Amino acid sequence: MVEAMGQRRRLGVAAWTGGAIAALVLLVGAVSLVWTPHDPAVMDVANKLSGPSWSHPLGTDHFGRDTLSQLMVGARVSIAVSLVAVGLGVGLGVPLGLLAAARAGWIDEAVMRFNDLAFAFPALLTAVLITALLGPGAINAILAIGIFNIPVFARVARGAALALWTRPFIQAARLAGRGRTRISIEHILPNIAGALIVQGTIQFALAVLAEAGLSYLGLGSQPPEVSWGRMLNEAQTFLFLDPRLAILPGLAIVVTVLGLNLLGDGLRDRLDPRLEPRRGGR
Amino acid sequence: MVWFLAKRMVALALTLVAASLLVFAVLEVLPGDPALLILGVNAREDTLAALRESMGLDQPAYWRYLTWIGGLLSGHLADSLTYDVPVSELLAPRIAVSLPLALMALTLAVGLALPLGVLAAARRGRATDVAVMGASQLGVAVPNFWLGILLILLFAVTLRWLPSGGFPGWDAGVGPALAALVMPAVALALPQAAILARVTRSAVLEVLGEDYMRTARAKGLSRGEALWRHGLRNAMIPVVTIMGLQFSFLLAGTIIIENVFNLPGIGRLIFQAIGQRDIVVVRDLVVLLAATVGVVNFLVDLSYAILDPRLRHGAARRVHG
Repeated sequence: MVEAMGQRRRLGVAAWTGGAIAALVLLVGAVSLVWTPHDPAVMDVANKLSGPSWSHPLGTDHFGRDTLSQLMVGARVSIAVSLVAVGLGVGLGVPLGLLAAARAGWIDEAVMRFNDLAFAFPALLTAVLITALLGPGAINAILAIGIFNIPVFARVARGAALALWTRPFIQAARLAGRGRTRISIEHILPNIAGALIVQGTIQFALAVLAEAGLSYLGLGSQPPEVSWGRMLNEAQTFLFLDPRLAILPGLAIVVTVLGLNLLGDGLRDRLDPRLEPRRGGR
Repeated sequence: MVWFLAKRMVALALTLVAASLLVFAVLEVLPGDPALLILGVNAREDTLAALRESMGLDQPAYWRYLTWIGGLLSGHLADSLTYDVPVSELLAPRIAVSLPLALMALTLAVGLALPLGVLAAARRGRATDVAVMGASQLGVAVPNFWLGILLILLFAVTLRWLPSGGFPGWDAGVGPALAALVMPAVALALPQAAILARVTRSAVLEVLGEDYMRTARAKGLSRGEALWRHGLRNAMIPVVTIMGLQFSFLLAGTIIIENVFNLPGIGRLIFQAIGQRDIVVVRDLVVLLAATVGVVNFLVDLSYAILDPRLRHGAARRVHG
């Protein structure tokens, strides 16, 4: 516990592997912006459900669309939705958590009760409810996933910040006459960044899973936009004809989530020397 | 302890009131007229008005909220907008699918995760530990609906051992009904088991380093005996906490898994009701699910007292912070 504070440990093999996988998925998604082997939306019914070939390395789907191109675009959609959703959680959750820690009393109580309420609904149910009510689509999927990220980040930020408020250097800043808001931004935030980055990586992985689930249900991004979840939904109809289509998008999801989780675990070992209190703090 | 549980019960009640208000408010501000939904766009204005009156839609919002809650508490649920029967009649046959499914999944997840987690902790750093943790890392990354599709591919399409989906009903006999629930339960359970195995492992590792474990070894117990008699019980508190959380994940997971396997359960009902804007069904189900989650978490708190006798004597704060 204490020895970790002084010496900085190196990132392990798992973290490097995870980082490399995540970077590769990011790269594939970025490349899909400018180039894919084929137009992922162009149908070629004569070539439908064809196996791997030189022209279609991973084959084609039931409309003859190129599977590799679709998977590449799927990576981009998955990353974009998850990134913005987690960003939403960080952008609203972290200030809430910092506020709760800085101003104990009724504000803290209010923020934490709001958190309890958010946790009373299973996240997937909330997400299905939101996307179904607002209408399906990428933007509403982002909103749905983002909303259940807010309490997560509020809780992590509050927990880590509460532990810091008792430390001498924060007390010193108080004595020097700094306001609570300024201390939160200048001293607390940089010191809880490690915990937030770790949580962010894990939430990113969960968001990729949630996006896939929503689009599997038909509530995510809509055609002609491609998504891994919907590819799986469509493939289920052709399970008897061509299992390949039901396997590849799933593998893409697993590899992405595995990479992010490995990276998150590795970063936790490196960045999070148990700064957090056991729970709560008061 | 009594004081602590009373406080938790009040908190549970308040959470449910807040949740029901939230659901009611959200569905209230949504565009869409239930009467128009039932009668169609060609309905005459006076027929619409008459239906609105009979459904109580002409009453002020606070009154409709109170009527709804009063109905929920007395067990008189309103009629579904699309099925034209009380929601309670819709619920019963679907709970008979979803509840066994969730319980099977939970049993499977716990039955797999606890032994594997303890085993991994006991053999920390050795091949068993690495294998269990590797499998768990993979399990966390697999979406349950994809696992469901893979299971269908293997056991229904290739081996033809199990049905690929649908539910014959309990009338068809326990065997066929359970056979229809096996794959969905496994698909729900494995990702949860992966998480639970990791939590169990780290909880047991934490306990292994405690002073009382050294004392137990010093008085002559073997490693296994010490773990079994003194360690496990103490390691169970974080494990039970996660199990409580997982039950709500399992419930929500039924929304997607019941779609994969075409099961007529609660998850599919809520999914369809949302799609059909059947707000009567949606709000009842959401509150029902929130209540279930709340009650399960309450039971988790109760189980702390069983696991840790100190908590029965008012020392609850030490664990709950």
